[in-house]
Amino acid sequence: MLFFSQLINGLQLGSIYALIALGYSMVYGIIRLLNFAHGDILMVGAYVALFSLTASFDPWLVITLTIITSTLLAIIIEKVTYTPLRNAPRLSVLITAIGVSILLQNLSQFFFGASGRPFPVHLLLEPTVFNFFGININNNSIITIIVTIVSMIVLTFIVKRTRLGKAMRAVSQDLDAARLMGVNVNNVVTFTFAVGASLAGIGSILYALRFPLISPNIGGILGLKAFVAAIVGGIGSIPGAMIGGYTIGILEVLVITFGLSGWTDGVVFLLLIIVLMFKPTGIMGKNIAEKV
Amino acid sequence: MLSVEDINIYYGNIHSVKNVSFTVEEGNIVSLIGANGAGKSTILKTISGIMRSKSGKILFKNENIENTEPYKIVRNGLSHVPEGRRVFLGQSVYENLEMGHYTQPKSTFKERLEFVYTKFPRLKERRKQPAGTLSGGEQQMLAIGRALMVMPKLLMLDEPSMGLAPMLIHQIFDIIKDLNKKGITILLVEQNAKMALNISNKAYVLETGKIISSGDSKSLLQDNIIKTAYLGG
Repeated sequence: MLFFSQLINGLQLGSIYALIALGYSMVYGIIRLLNFAHGDILMVGAYVALFSLTASFDPWLVITLTIITSTLLAIIIEKVTYTPLRNAPRLSVLITAIGVSILLQNLSQFFFGASGRPFPVHLLLEPTVFNFFGININNNSIITIIVTIVSMIVLTFIVKRTRLGKAMRAVSQDLDAARLMGVNVNNVVTFTFAVGASLAGIGSILYALRFPLISPNIGGILGLKAFVAAIVGGIGSIPGAMIGGYTIGILEVLVITFGLSGWTDGVVFLLLIIVLMFKPTGIMGKNIAEKV
Repeated sequence: MLSVEDINIYYGNIHSVKNVSFTVEEGNIVSLIGANGAGKSTILKTISGIMRSKSGKILFKNENIENTEPYKIVRNGLSHVPEGRRVFLGQSVYENLEMGHYTQPKSTFKERLEFVYTKFPRLKERRKQPAGTLSGGEQQMLAIGRALMVMPKLLMLDEPSMGLAPMLIHQIFDIIKDLNKKGITILLVEQNAKMALNISNKAYVLETGKIISSGDSKSLLQDNIIKTAYLGG
C-alpha cells in the first residue's frame, strides 16, 4: 500500500520534472542551447498564478494568464538575448542563459521579496483525498498526472502533424538542410521557445499545487533537476524527456521512502554522473553517426 | 535565369571565392567544375542564401537576391540539392518530400508527389522507410526528389555523383538530362569533370576561388590544359 501511494507521489513529481525537461530538450534539439533560464520562467509563472489567485480571479483565467505570461516572457527573452547571439560561440550563449536566469531571480527578489509566499491552493482546487482500494490519493496528484499526459499527447500531435512541428523536427535534424527546404528558422526557434514555455507555465501551477510555497529561487534547483532529467532521457528527444522526468521523480520519492530525504538532490546528481559515464547520450539518445 | 556578378565570399579571414562572375541561361545545363576546396559549394550556398557575399550581385529572374532570406529564394523556384545529400535521416521518405514542399501551396502537393514518384519509382516503394535506411543512390534520388517538390525554375545540384557506383552515376546523370528536357534549368557542381562536361552546355572551371577558364562544354573537353588537370590526360 505504501509502495503504491509512493508510486503515485513519484509520478506526480516526475510529471512536473518531465514538463520542464521537455522545454530544455526541445530548445536544445533546435539550437543546441541549454536554456538555464527555463526553470526561472516557471518561477515567474508561479508568481503570476499566485497574484492572480489572490486577486480572486477565476481559476481558468488564472491558468490562462499564467501560461500566456510564461510564453510571452520566453519569447521576449529569446528575441532580446538569444537571437542577437545566433552566430556567436555556444559558450557565449550558455553564459547569457545563466545570466538571464540570475536576472530573473534577482528581479523577482526585488519585486516580490526574498522570502516564500504561501500559494493559496484552496482558491484553485479544494484539496480532497480519495481512498482507492485502501490507498490514499490526493486529487492534485491525479490532476497533475492527467494534465501532464494530456499535454504530452498534444505536444506529440503538434510535433508530428502540424507544419511548424514538422519544421521543428527538420531543423533539429539538419539546420542548413531545413533552411534549403524553405524553413524560416527564426520562426521555428521562437515557436520552440513558446511551446517549451507554455509547458513550463502549466508546470508552474502543478508545482504550486504540490509545493505551495513560492520564492524567487524555486526555479533554480527545479530547472537543474529537469535538466538532469533531459540528459538522463537523452537530450533532444521528446520521449526521452518524459522518461527522464519520471525516472527522476520516482527515484526521489524512493530515496525519501527509505528515510534519506536529505539525500534526494545528491542521488539525482549521482544518477547524472552515472549516466554520463556509461551512456552519455541518455536512455533515448541516439549515437550520432556521421555518414560521409 | 541566373546571373552572378563579381562575388567575393569569406570564411572568417579566408577569402575563399574571388571576383567570380558567371551566368546560367534559361533551359541550359551549366556546370562549375574544379577540385576540392575550389569554392564550388560555397558559391551554391551563397546563391541559396545560406552564406553571404561581401560584394557583387546575384540576379535570379532579374531580381537581386543577394540579401533575400533563404526561404524566399526557395519559394521563388530556386532549389538546391546540397553536397552530401543532407536528407532528414530520421524521417520517412514521404516526410522528407513533405519538407521539400514546405513553401508551396497545399493544393499542388499531390500532383508534385506523383511527379516525383514517377521519376523515382524506388522512392514510392520506400515511402514509409526512414531515409537513413536508404542506400547512397536512393538518398541522392530522395535529395533530388525533395528539391523537385517546389517545381523549380532553376535546380542547383552539388556533387550528385559523390560516393556513388559508376552505374548509379550514369542513372543520376540521365535523370538530370531528363529534368532539363522537361524545362528545368540546371546548375551543376561536380568534381567528376568528364561527366559534367558531357551533359552540360556550358562550363566554368574554378581553381582556388577563381574562374580560370570557361566556355562551351564541347570545346573544354578538347582543351589540353583542362584535359591534363581534370580529365586524367
